[in-house]
Amino acid sequence: MDHNDAPMATETQDEDHDGLISILERIQAKYNYLPQEALREVSEETGRSLVDIYGVATFYRAFSLKPRGKHLVSVCLGTACHVRGGPMIAEEFERQLGVCAGETTPDKEFTLETVNCLGACALGPIVTVDGRYFTKVGTAAVKKILKQAKEGLGKVEIGTDERVFPMEVNCPRCNHSLMDTDHLVDGHPSIRVTVSFGKMHGWLCLSSLYGSYNVTSEYPIPENTVAYFFCPHCHGELLGASDCPECGEPMVRMIVRGGGVVQICSRRGCKGHTLDVDGVNL
Amino acid sequence: MIKLTLNGLEVSVEEGTTLLEAARFYGFPIPTLCYNEGLSPYGACRLCVVEIGEGPRAKLVSSCTYPAEEGLKVRTASERVLRARKMVIELLLASCPQSKIIQDLAAAHNVRQQRFKQEYEDCIMCGLCVRMCEEQMMAKAIGFRGRGEKRSIGTPFDITSEECRQCGACMYICPACQLRCTYNEPEKAICGACSNLSPPCVEKEQFDDMMCYMEPCVACEIKTE
Repeated sequence: MDHNDAPMATETQDEDHDGLISILERIQAKYNYLPQEALREVSEETGRSLVDIYGVATFYRAFSLKPRGKHLVSVCLGTACHVRGGPMIAEEFERQLGVCAGETTPDKEFTLETVNCLGACALGPIVTVDGRYFTKVGTAAVKKILKQAKEGLGKVEIGTDERVFPMEVNCPRCNHSLMDTDHLVDGHPSIRVTVSFGKMHGWLCLSSLYGSYNVTSEYPIPENTVAYFFCPHCHGELLGASDCPECGEPMVRMIVRGGGVVQICSRRGCKGHTLDVDGVNL
Repeated sequence: MIKLTLNGLEVSVEEGTTLLEAARFYGFPIPTLCYNEGLSPYGACRLCVVEIGEGPRAKLVSSCTYPAEEGLKVRTASERVLRARKMVIELLLASCPQSKIIQDLAAAHNVRQQRFKQEYEDCIMCGLCVRMCEEQMMAKAIGFRGRGEKRSIGTPFDITSEECRQCGACMYICPACQLRCTYNEPEKAICGACSNLSPPCVEKEQFDDMMCYMEPCVACEIKTE
């Protein structure tokens, strides 16, 4: 693992060693589990004993000491879901994935776990996949859920989802339109900018749909790479006014036609963005 | 000084004294299991329950963790207390009948049988070893892990801890006695004499320079002969 992580996770904490759970949460969010080395590093950084940290990490079900798969499937076996056939759903998942509850598939795609309540008893049996709720699940729906999870639940259905709408943007420096009507992404004119990362320099077409993260580019940008964004007309950098609220990397700023500013995170893979229309922050 | 009543006797104790300390100071015996004078009180075993308050507001509290209060009326051996204590001993017998300390407690309180499903746990979660390791040995090598029925005591990640000096204090203080005697896993073992008539310290050289706290140990008898 990257040995700079624990300091990064702990440096924002107070000196009274508070906030162990939030430190562990951040490590878990990054690696999907708590690696042994990370816990040892947390111990060194915070001055807490490893025994205490291990005790907390094993106490909460939310933390896992074993590597988890890409997708986390939680089947509810609480009382309400149980009487509505939760165990059958769990069995069906076990059969389809070929693992027992609490295990991860060999291809590291799915981790199956059973939980005791997901807080929506009236809609049982409940299954959550990567935090997304599936209600009144029947054994027939199991296959569909797994397929949907593999395709990616983060993908929004364009055309039916109300959160998605197209927008037109200009360069904040030269006010030239950044829209590219010749190159369509998601069936709409795309936003064309120039990006540079490392020694690469080329064009990038962003989807103009707010809520869609689809892009096409001249060179593929590796995940987690922070790129520099430029206006293809005036070659000025589209530098944001603030850092990404999600990951702290610099933001990219564009003017929304009709009044407003949209900012997106410059790190590939980060979905941090803000939209400020006529002073109303969405 | 705080004035309180112990079994009808007016006594005064210093502020911060626990009911257990006060009762023992004035000569009222209260049995304990998870209490040790050198360690912080923990209130895990519930053997030291006493009754406080009067009438319908009377309640049972663990005396080792309850600080003396002004005007408190404490009964250390009322019928309710004795009944509760016997129940605790029965439950301890049900989970860990092989412990000499628990057997002695049962005998002393005239508990001849227990009515629950018989188990043979090697740990009663009294936390003595954890506190011993932290407070007296300043090591913090072992601690509680997990929760509920999966709660257990051990080192982080179940591997030999860097903090552990193999001082044996955890075994010395353990009332269940077999807690860390892992003879079938020699690399983890400290001794194992309590469950074995041919203790490894006699046969294997690796135990030669280890400090042993197993005072009534057959191995030492064999060695000195």
